[in-house]
Amino acid sequence: MADILKRNKALSVNPLKASQPIGGSLATLGFNRAMPMLHGSQGCTAFAKVFFVRHFREPIPLQSTAMDQGSSVMGADENVREGILTIAEKSRPALITILTTGLAETQGADVHRNVREFREANPEFADVAVVAVNTPDFTGSVETGFAATLTEIIRALVPDAKDAGTYPGKRKRQVNVLVNYMLTPGDLEALRDIFEQFQLRPVFVPDISDSLDGCLTDEDFSPVTIGGTLISEMATLGDALATVVIGPSLSKAAELLEQKTGVPTYALDHLYGLKANDALMSALTEISGHDVPERIERQRSQLQDAMLDTHFMLGQLRIAIAADADLLNAFVDQVQEMGAEVVAAVTSCNVPLLSRIPVASIKIGDLEDMELIGKANKVQLVIGNSHAVDTAERLGTPILRAGFPLYDIIGGYQKTWIGYRGSRQTLFDLANLVINFSHEEIPIYRSVYAQKPASEITDYPLSCH
Amino acid sequence: MKSTKDIAALLDEPACEHNKKEKSGCAKPKPGASAGGCAFDGAQIALLPIADVAHIVHGPIACAGSSWDNRGTRSSGADLYRIGMTTDLTEQDIVMGRSEKRLFHAIKQAIDSYHPPAVFIYNTCVPALVGDDINAVCKSAQERWGVPVVPIDSAGFYGTKNLGNRIAGDAMVNHVIGTRDPDPLPLTVQRAEIKIHDVNLIGEYNIAGEFWHVLPLFDELGLRILCTLSGDARFREVQTMHKAEVNMMVCSKAMVNVARKLQQKYGTPWFEGSYYGITDTSQSLRDFAKVLNDADLTERTEALILREETRIRKELEPWKARLKGKRVLLFTGGVKSWSVISALQDLGMVVVATGTKKSTEEDKARIRELMGEDTVMIDDGSPRALLKIVHDYKADILIAGGRNMYTALKAKVPFLDINQEREFGYEGYQGMLELVRQLALTIESPVWEAVRAPAPWKSKSPLPPFAKGGNTIEEVSNG
Repeated sequence: MADILKRNKALSVNPLKASQPIGGSLATLGFNRAMPMLHGSQGCTAFAKVFFVRHFREPIPLQSTAMDQGSSVMGADENVREGILTIAEKSRPALITILTTGLAETQGADVHRNVREFREANPEFADVAVVAVNTPDFTGSVETGFAATLTEIIRALVPDAKDAGTYPGKRKRQVNVLVNYMLTPGDLEALRDIFEQFQLRPVFVPDISDSLDGCLTDEDFSPVTIGGTLISEMATLGDALATVVIGPSLSKAAELLEQKTGVPTYALDHLYGLKANDALMSALTEISGHDVPERIERQRSQLQDAMLDTHFMLGQLRIAIAADADLLNAFVDQVQEMGAEVVAAVTSCNVPLLSRIPVASIKIGDLEDMELIGKANKVQLVIGNSHAVDTAERLGTPILRAGFPLYDIIGGYQKTWIGYRGSRQTLFDLANLVINFSHEEIPIYRSVYAQKPASEITDYPLSCH
Repeated sequence: MKSTKDIAALLDEPACEHNKKEKSGCAKPKPGASAGGCAFDGAQIALLPIADVAHIVHGPIACAGSSWDNRGTRSSGADLYRIGMTTDLTEQDIVMGRSEKRLFHAIKQAIDSYHPPAVFIYNTCVPALVGDDINAVCKSAQERWGVPVVPIDSAGFYGTKNLGNRIAGDAMVNHVIGTRDPDPLPLTVQRAEIKIHDVNLIGEYNIAGEFWHVLPLFDELGLRILCTLSGDARFREVQTMHKAEVNMMVCSKAMVNVARKLQQKYGTPWFEGSYYGITDTSQSLRDFAKVLNDADLTERTEALILREETRIRKELEPWKARLKGKRVLLFTGGVKSWSVISALQDLGMVVVATGTKKSTEEDKARIRELMGEDTVMIDDGSPRALLKIVHDYKADILIAGGRNMYTALKAKVPFLDINQEREFGYEGYQGMLELVRQLALTIESPVWEAVRAPAPWKSKSPLPPFAKGGNTIEEVSNG
């Protein structure tokens, strides 16, 4: 539906995009006792690490194959094998992912062969799952890197039904839930609660609510993730009643899982707003055979009430959104449900989903593009990550912080956006931004004849409201 | 405390049409079935927009505590009116008879901390009942600190909000108006070719700054507004109101006693008008010229009206297409129904019924003239009655005061707030644009459908299809 405006300038100014290895790392960090290793120079890992530390305010396990000049030119196979071996020896994790970077891919690395070589040479580490993924920086984004990594992990760790003897529904309450990069730890906790109210047991793949939720543990230090989806759980996905997949970016991962296991898939684009959550509840009713619990119905009508209360502020509000495709789509749906207008939609890279997002046009670009399009269309509110804060300031609008990274607020990673309750909170947050930032009020007019006190005539106090 | 005679005198307002009819305008509130505010509420609302005055509420915390920080009205400069001040009387003050003393010190503190040009004291129920002599306290405080201290004896039990408005107006007439002559017109603003006239507006509160849509037109015509009572007013402006050549009562009857008394005391003529809608805005400007009897002004006013009406009608054109034929149930309180009706009809909307609870016989006549003889007039403003009419007459929107807002929303009916708490300004030609924007915003909102439709699992419609496949990484490109 949308007209896709491709990149048409040489310079990317105030980038929106985060790279594929970031997404791959995030997916890995949602598994228990896992360690992502970026195949590239040390800097690739260091930057990614800082990116996550600032966002989650947690120590982040992340390793590097530390390519140097010699290995970059002569071949870095040894770096990969040595890296895997070192991590396996030191911390014996349950999962190591090898995520390629731009450097490694340009060089022509074959990480899949490296993993096979490691397997042959080191059978003593057969219990350490090692998954290699191609996540070059020069294509895709955090969203596609996350999806690709999840797909490869499923390929490697979920056994085919005919080999493993799994069959759908063997576990009568288990539902596999493939979740995309945009669900926060807070979202996953809320989602778990919703599933449990339908008497279902969700297995999140991956599960950052168990590993990156900011929880103090008894261990004072762990080189690998504490919490997350158990690797052993991957073998049970074939026994689940159903798979719910959230986010169009994960459609390939979901397809692969269904192919391997025969477990039926329920695909949802996102869980923002009334309609999206209605679809979730319909799916869960069908899967579980239970009616929608009263508590959830009440939350639904609370959301409807909030829609009425906030439509005065959000109706016809001109909004700019800068986000990766899945998140962009989610926000477009939610704000359009409220009668707001998305006047600037900017995303990081071209994916098939874009063409069915119901806006006039989507710009593949950066925050400067959002700024220019936003300015031309007299935008009134910005939705974007912490990098967009300055953009919003220059546009003279409030900003709702969302996406990756959120480094200038505390607890952004934990915010719950999904479900009827999370959606209601989003509406409140948006409406509050609008009413506390009323720059469109009637400008003060001072009559030339007015008999105001002398102090006011010479020295107008600047009123902020 | 005011005597029954004082109150009766305030209730007898010969300039108010309601006066002729028994129990219409200022009827006694009925125990168990009353919704409006009290006299204190009315007095405070009427005067609080005077922006540079220290407004002290003399009473226990309930009166000021629940009402301070009125954000509706706006000031172009001074903002002392936004600071909440109350004597916050305690049990000890009341039992031991220390409330007058506390008030006296409170006045000193307000003067020391904020250096206001004047202090207004609002009396409330408890001090009125225990017999505080606020007139005497104000008088001695004024002598002692050398700053005007104005008593506004507005105990809640005196009566309704409407009465409170009059008490406030009365206090202005008795204590403030006439205590200073207007500033001489500065040379810089004099214009050789035209005569500048001094005028007042009474009952204009500059809600959301809406009068700033209209004020530039006054400047252009050479009408100096000595004071708007009380939107964006200053104490020194109120003092000079007796020197105006004409007073305009804006929309509401609330402070009609001020206009009448200024005519009595100073012979100032007055007329009623409104700035809601194109027709009324133009009419009000014409009336100034007419009462001032200045041929040159009349000519310039007509030219201005023509220019502004042409401009705004053009700007409204695209909106008219969106709003044409939409059905409105109008239930207004302070704002005159007929004034808004003409504004809505200007837009091609259909007013299916209108509230007339506070309308005078004259108002009703005008409504019939605008809407036809068989128009529905609503006296019963209870939520259930309103919703029934919305339903029966298939109204697309309810336009009413803020307290009906949640009634409408809960019943899933589009709503536009037209009372003083609203956040948008609708006055003048320019205000019409904001009005249409707000009307379209709520009428066209998709939320109505979303909240009216049953949950999908309640209707027997089939489940939405679940999408599959298509979004693979091989197809990703960087554009």
